[in-house]
Amino acid sequence: MTEETIIAGFGGQGVLSMGMLLAYGGVIENQEVSWMPSYGPEMRGGTANCIVINGDEPISSPIVSRFDSVVAFNQPSLDKFEAAVKPGGLLLYEEEAILNPPTRTDITIIAVPAAKAAIELKNQKVTNLVMLGAFLKAKGIIKPQTAVKALYKVLPERHHKLIPLNEKALKRGAELVRGEITAN
Amino acid sequence: MSEVLFMKGNEALAEAAIRAGLDAYFGYPITPQSEILEYLTAQIPKRGGVVLQAESEVAAINMIYGAAGAGSRVMTTTSSPGFSLMQEGISYIASAQLPCLLANVVRGGPGLGTIQPSQGDYFQATKGGGHGDYYMIVLAPSTVQEMADFVYLGFDLADKYRTPVMILADGALGQGMEKVTFPDYDPAARKIAKPWATTGKTPDRERNVITSLYLQPEKMEELNLVLQKKYNTIRQNEILWEEYLTDDAEVLFTAFGLAARIVRKTIQLAREKGIKAGLFRPKTVWPFPYKCLNELAHQVDLIQDIELNAGQMVEDVRLGVEGATPVFFHGRMGGMIPTPEEVLEKMEANLATVRGRNGRPKEDVR
Repeated sequence: MTEETIIAGFGGQGVLSMGMLLAYGGVIENQEVSWMPSYGPEMRGGTANCIVINGDEPISSPIVSRFDSVVAFNQPSLDKFEAAVKPGGLLLYEEEAILNPPTRTDITIIAVPAAKAAIELKNQKVTNLVMLGAFLKAKGIIKPQTAVKALYKVLPERHHKLIPLNEKALKRGAELVRGEITAN
Repeated sequence: MSEVLFMKGNEALAEAAIRAGLDAYFGYPITPQSEILEYLTAQIPKRGGVVLQAESEVAAINMIYGAAGAGSRVMTTTSSPGFSLMQEGISYIASAQLPCLLANVVRGGPGLGTIQPSQGDYFQATKGGGHGDYYMIVLAPSTVQEMADFVYLGFDLADKYRTPVMILADGALGQGMEKVTFPDYDPAARKIAKPWATTGKTPDRERNVITSLYLQPEKMEELNLVLQKKYNTIRQNEILWEEYLTDDAEVLFTAFGLAARIVRKTIQLAREKGIKAGLFRPKTVWPFPYKCLNELAHQVDLIQDIELNAGQMVEDVRLGVEGATPVFFHGRMGGMIPTPEEVLEKMEANLATVRGRNGRPKEDVR
């Protein structure tokens, strides 16, 4: 198994942290993992993204251009990466951020109302965790409980009090993906 | 073996340096390697040693010169423009035969350039860089694990040969995270005596002098001969490389560092299409593994060299191959990174040229 995922959005939306949770989760589950951020001018106020590869064999290239899954947090990211989803792959996006939805018919497309769910949880900052919950429901790359364990690694200790909220957001995200949609 | 950690390449390099018994670090921040200074600044006060942010790269390399001369295990790290600033100091250090570890986490150039990954500093790293007849041992990591492993190796080689050793990385290896484990390594057992160091004269010996200035040409040539003898010993003993799927290879890729990772993916794609491709990856780009490459060159239809530059290592590849098989180059510059698919396409076009329409008239194109 090799899962090549790109998570993309605006700087500050938590796309790098979401990728890091997926990556740390892979480490906890004994997978081979790489996490490659865009660290250019984009992270200083533009689009940001990270490529996460989870596999059971050593990762060849940490930088790839075609993905099993694309997770898009905004319109520019969706526009840029829709074509990069491998046929049969998954495109998961934050519903409210997208005015022009994807048009491909050869991939699984899931719209997640993650920002709305985060507001209901009274903290917009957990939008990325709602997205992660939804993504893990669609693609079981790591177990949701593992993502919770990864939170302890990724969040600085002073923020550990927020972990229960993050856990709720993960669960909410999983609920938002209806049972009949199963990705490859 | 210690636990499996998940780190950025920059952090892995910094952590390995501490575990390898780093006495002092001098450096100046520059993207994409500032995490090294940041990490050491957080850790060194708790774990012992000196970490100092110099006022410039020029200052940092001269602090390295001084501290290495005093026998300390020292390191500096920077990225391309910063490494250019250090060249004068590195030439002095090579001439004065001082051990130290340098790392260049390369970004796109020339000039102030960009902060994205590049391999554009290969010539500077392997062909001197500063003035005069000197070389450094240059280790080219391809994974975060090697970002750590080459620190230990680098310090040991530097001490063994009294020479600067450098790690030639790139922005992606510095910024990306992968799993890493740190080997058991006891610095106290590995650090060797440095009787030449300027640690204060004792009554039983002459004073130690560290200099790179010899006004008499006879003396200066003598030093040059000592250096050249040392470089020849290094050429004989310290060459490292890796081969991947070369046993049955009909097509050989040559690449170092990050480019070699991209090529590994290309090789998977090529083999899915029935093309028997393999990889030759130098781990030491100086000394370069010319002879081992030459042996492989005779079994393949072509060599496709891939770099993140305009074609630098390919000159060494051609020196090694000596015309035994056609050598093609493809690279991207300025922080752009070739995709595995793009690399495959280039290689397939070249393979079609070499093999011709019917079969493989290899001899005709040589």
